[in-house]
Amino acid sequence: EVAEASFAFLQIELINYLLAQGEDGVRKLDNIGYQMGIRLAERLTRDRPRFADNLEIIKFICKDLWSYLFRKQVDKLQTNHRGVFVLADSNFPWIGSFSSSASSDSVKEAAQDWLVFPCAIIRGALSSFGVPCTVQPDISALPRCWFTVRLTK
Amino acid sequence: LAFSKIEHVNSELLALTYGALVTQLLQDIEQVDEVNAKLEKIGYSIGVRLIDEFLAKSGIPSCADFRETAEVIAKVAFKMFLGITADVVNWSDNNEFSLILTENPLAEFVELPENYSGLWYSNLLCGVIRGSLEMLQMKVACYFRRDPLRGDDVTEIRVELKEIMIEQYVDDE
Repeated sequence: EVAEASFAFLQIELINYLLAQGEDGVRKLDNIGYQMGIRLAERLTRDRPRFADNLEIIKFICKDLWSYLFRKQVDKLQTNHRGVFVLADSNFPWIGSFSSSASSDSVKEAAQDWLVFPCAIIRGALSSFGVPCTVQPDISALPRCWFTVRLTK
Repeated sequence: LAFSKIEHVNSELLALTYGALVTQLLQDIEQVDEVNAKLEKIGYSIGVRLIDEFLAKSGIPSCADFRETAEVIAKVAFKMFLGITADVVNWSDNNEFSLILTENPLAEFVELPENYSGLWYSNLLCGVIRGSLEMLQMKVACYFRRDPLRGDDVTEIRVELKEIMIEQYVDDE
């Protein structure tokens, strides 16, 4: 185990380095998150039986993956039962530094870029289970954060 | 050793993220020497901020001399941030030493392809040490001497004290 601060500092440098490259960097960040999601999902499910259905996979994301990344579970999961899932986190840790001054649009825009990383991790993890999807963040009420997962198959 | 309120994450998460950074730099920059320098620079900017976290959480009072500083880096700072300890060896003139690491959480699951044989994969660590010591008025040179990724038996980081900076006060009168 390592200090969460070590990871946080490293993550900040990685994201700053990439976002300084503009659109291109956002694309790279998305790709890095996606690949990490695949690898993490493979590692976390190595010793467990196959999932029965998509809901079980989403629950794995909300519990196991969330605990691994953010040291807690998703606070609330909602679904329309037609392939849309909304994961609500009441205090999302990876954008903590934006939360205090999140009233302005420019700060929200910056936070939105930061969320490319966790959204891509979630998408990567789901894709490794054969569940292609899009993941859309909503930060209109920071530090609360919603992630809308839409299955595309 | 008790630290105040340190939260932990799986070291694998750190290793994967670091691996992603190194891979991206190798793609973006290509020249291995420049990647080494960039990793050191990124580490430096982490170090200048990490030192505040260290002072706040470790409760360590200021060190009497450079020998004590070396021990604190090896036994307290490495433990706090990376969950490992290092050994301090090979002193020279009380102002140069080596840190020996028997394990390196940054380099878990890493194998260097042959064309990257000039890469100091974990060079970020040198920058972190240089940056955090600079915040404590110690100018150091810090570099890798040995790395198991290059076939060495252990990880060796050399730290050389170059200058103790005197704080400058502007006198208005």
